[in-house]
Amino acid sequence: MCGKGVNGFMKRIYMDHAATTPTDNEVVKAMEPYFTQKYGNPNSIHSFGQEARDAVEEARKKVAHLIGANPSEIIFTGGGTESDNFAIKGIAWANQKKGNHIITSKIEHHAVLHSCQFLEKHGFRVTYLPVDKYGLIDPDNVKKAITDQTILVTIMHANNEIGAIEPIKEIGKVVKEAGIYFHTDSVQTVGHIPIDVNDLGVDMLSMSGHKLYGPNGVGVLYLRKGTRIDSLIGGGSQEKNRRAGTENVAGIVGMGKAAELAEKRLVQGEEDKLIKLRDRLIKEITEKVDHVLLNGHPKKRLPGNVNLCFEFIEGESMLLNLDMEGVAASSGSACTSGSLEPSHVLLAIGLPPEIAHGSLRLTLGKDNTEEEVECVIDILPKIIEKLRALSPFKGSWEGLKK
Amino acid sequence: MSMYSDKVMEHFKNPHNVGEIKDADGIGEVGNPICGDIMKIYIKVKDDKIVDCKFKTFGCGAAIATSSMVTEMVKGKTIEEALEISNKTVAEALGGLPPIKMHCSNLAADGLSKAIEDYKKKIQDSKLKTEIKNQCKKM
Ligand code: FES
Repeated sequence: MCGKGVNGFMKRIYMDHAATTPTDNEVVKAMEPYFTQKYGNPNSIHSFGQEARDAVEEARKKVAHLIGANPSEIIFTGGGTESDNFAIKGIAWANQKKGNHIITSKIEHHAVLHSCQFLEKHGFRVTYLPVDKYGLIDPDNVKKAITDQTILVTIMHANNEIGAIEPIKEIGKVVKEAGIYFHTDSVQTVGHIPIDVNDLGVDMLSMSGHKLYGPNGVGVLYLRKGTRIDSLIGGGSQEKNRRAGTENVAGIVGMGKAAELAEKRLVQGEEDKLIKLRDRLIKEITEKVDHVLLNGHPKKRLPGNVNLCFEFIEGESMLLNLDMEGVAASSGSACTSGSLEPSHVLLAIGLPPEIAHGSLRLTLGKDNTEEEVECVIDILPKIIEKLRALSPFKGSWEGLKK
Repeated sequence: MSMYSDKVMEHFKNPHNVGEIKDADGIGEVGNPICGDIMKIYIKVKDDKIVDCKFKTFGCGAAIATSSMVTEMVKGKTIEEALEISNKTVAEALGGLPPIKMHCSNLAADGLSKAIEDYKKKIQDSKLKTEIKNQCKKM
């Protein structure tokens, strides 16, 4: 029955929510009028403009509420990547007189890493902190890395690949003591675990619409009042001169609705539901298959994140096989990466490339069911067995030339 | 995933000639320097013809499909003919590969030429051995 729907149509199972989530129906409904009826420019004086303005401000309130911020501290952007670029480059440019040193980690999203690398080409110095085998950053290491030139610390809230939740609150204390700006890429956590910007002690926090059942092409940068930052995109005076360009009204409305719904789900215990499914997947797959290891921390991990390495096989061939059964997943294997390099996150937690090759990420979302989890537990071991029969390595890496 | 042609998916789903040949006449092992994948290919030769060929591959979908294809293509070919098989001909036989996956077909083609090299070396060695034996006898 598994994987098969009625009338022979395959029932597909989506377990790639860390890549993107489906836009919630309610979100789509909320957005619709802003394409064809309430299409005014929020910067216009007339009633068309004003109803759009009201909608944008309403959305701002909802997003602020979700993370314990003040609405005036919410800046709408074009997505999580833009928010990261904005925070990092904006702080660097605006504070270069104070210093030229930035601290980040080796496991950040490329939006952060590439922004830092860009700044290195322009005279800034960047420290890329290591992580332990679980992918966790030691706040003490942050403390040690701070110099009198440090102007920014940027550490992700949770890792998109291995799901490790970083000790942001503890790092926040260290950073605050030093009087430095603190940014966190919260794209994977907002709406999925409770967040309060004051509790975390961050000055900036990036979020993305499409990772929390909102639309693509819209994101947010939370910007604590008083933060000195240059804007990334120049032009009109939108978003209080922080982010030029006519507002993506429908997208912003969608983001607001998504934030409101996420808050509701958190109250209703969505986190616990996902943790249950996640832990079942981890437990039963590791029981059924040998030579498998869990990446990331067993407890300090995103509610929906499962990341396993199966030795002796390669990730893309796993994904293709799962896809043939209707299951959508992802991998950190070199063969799936586009750059043909294994995931920098898996290397940073100390995995040798050949083991990183066999990584599989399943990320659960609000609509995944117990039956779907059972289905994956049923088919995955068969796929592993089939692929291992093709592998030149059998139960050991013997013969692997380094 | 429609990034691969039907032919690639066919070979990926049901790869031909998977396995090892215990008394192989030539074995080729290659690692892909680009992504780190590994392929092992075995050939059995009789009267200068490749009569059997098997493979084991640790790699992506394209690597598995090209491995399967190359083992199909060489069967029945003479050593000379087999050496003409290149990564291009394998990729073409599979209805093409996505650009980023072209290097995967090297794995199969290089593996094959290594196996043939191995076979030739073995023949050389055994010829040498008999020559030495004959020399010794004469002395
Ligand atoms: S062999 Fe690794 S990408 Fe194909």
